[in-house]
Amino acid sequence: MEIPYTISTRPDTGLWNAKVGIWLFLASEVMLFGGLFSAYIFLRLDAPPGIWPHGLLNVPVGTMNTAILILSSVTVVLAWASLKMRRYRAYWWYMLATISCGVIFLVVKLAYEWPQKFDHFGAYIKPEALGKYEQYLGNEYAAAKGLPPRLEITGHLHNRAALNDPKIKEYEVALDPLNAEPTNPAMDRPHFFPLPVTDKIATIEKEDVERATMFLPTHSAYFASYFTITGLHGMHVLGGVLVFIYMWLPVSKKLYQRNPEHLANRVEVSGLFWHFVDLIWIFVFPLFYLL
Amino acid sequence: MVGALLLTFTAVTVALSYVDFGTRKANIGIAMLVATLKAGAVAAVFMHLAAEKRLIYRILIFTGFFVLGLFWLIFLAWYDYPVVR
Repeated sequence: MEIPYTISTRPDTGLWNAKVGIWLFLASEVMLFGGLFSAYIFLRLDAPPGIWPHGLLNVPVGTMNTAILILSSVTVVLAWASLKMRRYRAYWWYMLATISCGVIFLVVKLAYEWPQKFDHFGAYIKPEALGKYEQYLGNEYAAAKGLPPRLEITGHLHNRAALNDPKIKEYEVALDPLNAEPTNPAMDRPHFFPLPVTDKIATIEKEDVERATMFLPTHSAYFASYFTITGLHGMHVLGGVLVFIYMWLPVSKKLYQRNPEHLANRVEVSGLFWHFVDLIWIFVFPLFYLL
Repeated sequence: MVGALLLTFTAVTVALSYVDFGTRKANIGIAMLVATLKAGAVAAVFMHLAAEKRLIYRILIFTGFFVLGLFWLIFLAWYDYPVVR
């Protein structure tokens, strides 16, 4: 059976069908991400002072990933334009560049950023025990400077067994710079290049801790929404990469030889999806990394 | 070229987040404004929405309407349960 209007336009819509299809799909995607973003806004607006974490993500890496996605949006447009000019060789190279960008993005996210979070530890201190850990929190200093209260001690957990073993009564944490020097004005704001964990060790008693986890979705509403939204976004990147690989493989060269305009339209439609994924990231990046 | 413009705006967003505009609300507002400009550029140029058929615009108007409705529902629910603020 011949699929109608893959190239020619339908008289009543003035468009070929796939274009209408992808825009309807993107409309549903807006609702999907819109729901998650509004959940994020809701959670964040209602978070009491000091609860919503700041500066826990790696900004240079996030910036690099943003640039990679923007670059891939440019190359996919160039790939499509090359097809329109019937230059298959150039199309092939631009497509390869796009696929590589997508793969690099995913590798950075899944092999670097996420595992680094899984390896980081945070303990929210009970309100009545905050004074006991003043040397790590510096709440008097923070209050005097008008900074939000500090409720959490973060760093690298030395005795990982403590997470699951009720017999171990305390956590031994190599402190993050903020908790190592809480009254140092240089720590008032997050740094662009994240500072490494210090070698200063703190012992936190379990009975003083409200909740303590690695930086997993269970850590806080912040990380729960971070992993949900970046995970869903990552799956979209993966989907886009798979589709692009199909269009880059020799299978699609056959379609090109038979009907180049059809392939160009396929690339245009998947390019629209790709730009949408880029567009989502443009909002994810400042919301989670910077603010 | 739009790509270069977008990369510049990304740098601007990062730089602005290290500038204190008084309140966190102001910082968020400014960052979202830049992000919206960037998203607008992507939509208008890369997704060639600047010149599209009427049907596509209609789909998008519906989408905009419903997504704002979604945000509005959340806004209504905000006052619905007791929280100490």
